[in-house]
Amino acid sequence: MKKKLTFAAALLAASVLGGVANAKTLVYCSEASPANFDPGTTTGGNDFDASSRTVYSRLVEFKHGGTEVVPGLADKWEISDDGLVYTFHLHPGVKFQTTDFFKPTRDFNADDVVFSFDRQFNKENPWNGEKYLPNLTWDYYTGMDMPKYVAKWEKVDDLTVKLTLTEPNAPMLANLGMDFASIVSKEYADQLEKDGKMADFSTKPIGTGPFQFVDYQLDSVIRYAANPDYFKGKEKIDDLVFAITPDATARIQKVLAGECDIAPYPNPADIGMIKANNDVTLMDQAGLNIGYMSYNTTIPPLDKPEVRHALNQAIDRESLIKSLFQDAGATPAVNLIPPTMWSWDKDVKSDAYDPEAAKKVLADAGLKEIQLWASDRVRPYNPNFARAAELIQADWAKVGVKAEIVNYEWTKYREEGKKKDRPGAFQIGWTGDNGDPDNFFATLFACSAIGVSNYSSWCDKDFEDLIQKAKKTSDQAERTKLYEEAQVVFQKQAPAFLLAHSQVYAVVRKNVSGFMMDPLGIHRFDGVDKAE
Amino acid sequence: MLRYLLNKIVLVLPTLIGITICAFAFVRLLPGDPILAMAGEHGVSPARYEELKEQFGYNLPIWQQYAHYVRDAATGNFGVSISSKRPVIEDFMTLFPATIELSVFALIFAMVLGIPAGIFAAVKRGSWFDQGLMGTALVGYSMPIFWWGLLLIIFFSGYLGWTPVSGRIGLQFFFKPITGFMTIDTLLYGKWDAFRSALSHLVLPAVVLGTIPLAVIARQTRSAMLEVLGEDYVRTARAKGLSSTRVIGVHALRNALIPVVTTIGLQVGALLAGAILTETIFAWPGIGKWMVDSIFKRDYVVVQSGLLLIALIVMAVNLIVDVLYAVINPRIRAA
Repeated sequence: MKKKLTFAAALLAASVLGGVANAKTLVYCSEASPANFDPGTTTGGNDFDASSRTVYSRLVEFKHGGTEVVPGLADKWEISDDGLVYTFHLHPGVKFQTTDFFKPTRDFNADDVVFSFDRQFNKENPWNGEKYLPNLTWDYYTGMDMPKYVAKWEKVDDLTVKLTLTEPNAPMLANLGMDFASIVSKEYADQLEKDGKMADFSTKPIGTGPFQFVDYQLDSVIRYAANPDYFKGKEKIDDLVFAITPDATARIQKVLAGECDIAPYPNPADIGMIKANNDVTLMDQAGLNIGYMSYNTTIPPLDKPEVRHALNQAIDRESLIKSLFQDAGATPAVNLIPPTMWSWDKDVKSDAYDPEAAKKVLADAGLKEIQLWASDRVRPYNPNFARAAELIQADWAKVGVKAEIVNYEWTKYREEGKKKDRPGAFQIGWTGDNGDPDNFFATLFACSAIGVSNYSSWCDKDFEDLIQKAKKTSDQAERTKLYEEAQVVFQKQAPAFLLAHSQVYAVVRKNVSGFMMDPLGIHRFDGVDKAE
Repeated sequence: MLRYLLNKIVLVLPTLIGITICAFAFVRLLPGDPILAMAGEHGVSPARYEELKEQFGYNLPIWQQYAHYVRDAATGNFGVSISSKRPVIEDFMTLFPATIELSVFALIFAMVLGIPAGIFAAVKRGSWFDQGLMGTALVGYSMPIFWWGLLLIIFFSGYLGWTPVSGRIGLQFFFKPITGFMTIDTLLYGKWDAFRSALSHLVLPAVVLGTIPLAVIARQTRSAMLEVLGEDYVRTARAKGLSSTRVIGVHALRNALIPVVTTIGLQVGALLAGAILTETIFAWPGIGKWMVDSIFKRDYVVVQSGLLLIALIVMAVNLIVDVLYAVINPRIRAA
């Protein structure tokens, strides 16, 4: 009897220790472990889900489920007429998170904003290099060309910050909504520096975001709690848990078994089974990406737009997409930017499949042989370069063009592919960073990108003028018009064969509400609720 | 005995050097430049590329990079991960208990089923049981772990709902690790339901990881047993009129177990290799999954130091097995 009682007592104790019974917990089965929790130093989507989108906030944010820039920690901002000076007015009374490892003594202010950016480029800042973490590279800060465009950040007063640019650059505002631009606490940094525990800044994050960090068990579980002081109001769920589950099949089984509430990236092969299940919803959206194939427009006969159009017409794109993406599906690409992005031109029409017409043009141009490039890597915008190459090869054979497939390992592939004099057609793609059209048009087809990421070595004066003008204008309506025109030029000139925008998926249990697919490929849990 | 031990240790050295060369070379033979891999789709400017190469020490001649690696490893400095920026040894120590725990349970599963099955098959040699068992063992030995793991998940966790899909413990249980072994920590905290949860999470991965060792142990036990059963002293024991159970259980089994113990020791390498796939499928936070992640990230530092650490452990275990073998069997020492 006594033994039984002790056992019951132990059970009772265990259930008490096990946690508060009525707390609302949302479990997200994430696909990989985060490298660390400092979004300035990392590059992966899974890193950002675990740090910037949960713990931190930024001056400006992307509208939930879209790419439009909306106020964040800055309530409003002004841009000077010359497009060089941005003045941000900060939201008053924002509190940094209070945890067992940090208790803030002051509210968020301009010092935090200046520090958040200064640490990413100023070599004198102790947080820029070795003293903080070994081998820091600040990849996104340099990758988005911030060193080139930013002249200085200044504090005007506690709630006003001024950013001065070296030249007008309208996408800057969207850059400030990106993960690397997350605002960190200077007070916390100072405290860790004083205590000689600087590395903790990347393992125990403090921000102003909707959730605060509780614990991370390496490669296994990350725990967060709703931030009670969140300036947009406390979240409806009390606890947020990331259960790190790398295998896609196991991830989906976990959602089906109710072990987690949301899981991203199911296997294409499982899509049908998920759709048939009544406990879960399959959410999808055209991703912020584009798969395409660049023709080298400097080497005859590919320098003639009609030849490039003919090659496009010879490809049965519908069957190609079906065969590549299978059940997962993809949106055939009409323009370089996906339809979810502002300024997408609905009037542009793709080249129709017409092998007969193509055959004649190609014969006249004397195009008999062409190199067709493929790599080994699975990319979100093209799951199988080699398969795509084989299918295109077969289509081109039908119009009398013999394609020789050139295959390289991924990094070598891009290195060879970006060379100005690379011959033939090169399969590649892009996943957007900040939802700004400039991030597609200028990054991939600006004259200055030749030899870097303009794989078509295409430099068209009309196109270039339009995108450069759009980059310097801060008026959104004006920019939209310019980009629409640029898309018309692009279709006319056809520097590339546009394949598709792939779908991104997430599996969500039916009792979860408020979760939205995000075109930027991030997973956000603010605004999410769960019925018991 | 001391001489035997020294002999064994001296023999370990060339293996060790070979491993450092292999770990260093394999990682560099992997296609893909780590700096370009870090930069992702953005690419890096040539100037920035050179700068980064210098920062990571990849601009040095290859022999110099190797010399630095060996020097650092010899002084216990296993470097800092390129992606997480944490010391490799720190992550290794955090994750290793999970791998040990899984391997121990896999081995227990393999032994508890494998040894009796092997004995029974030997005793009933040629019976349908023997034939069936050896056939099954062959299937088990050839089973692709990846497929086997997913199959068990889909059936037992998905269809029947008997076991959790993946992870180490139910997410409702949250405590600071003491030893890093979930089954021990839950007991130290006195949480029975947490202990049960940890055990239930161990079942499928342990079965998957233990399948190949189970097949090996069953076959080895059977053949060792068959050999011993034909020995004169067994016949003598039978002639003395001892019960069949006593003959098999005491006289034969004891001697048959010597090669089986060696086999079990040698399974450590197989378990660590199997852990790579098993841990990835079951989201088990051990060193196998850690290595896979690092290979995909082209994290040279983690891969080469991780390989070395794992190889050191396998070698240490093999050395211990050799020594134990000498302790059990004095004839070895003299040889």
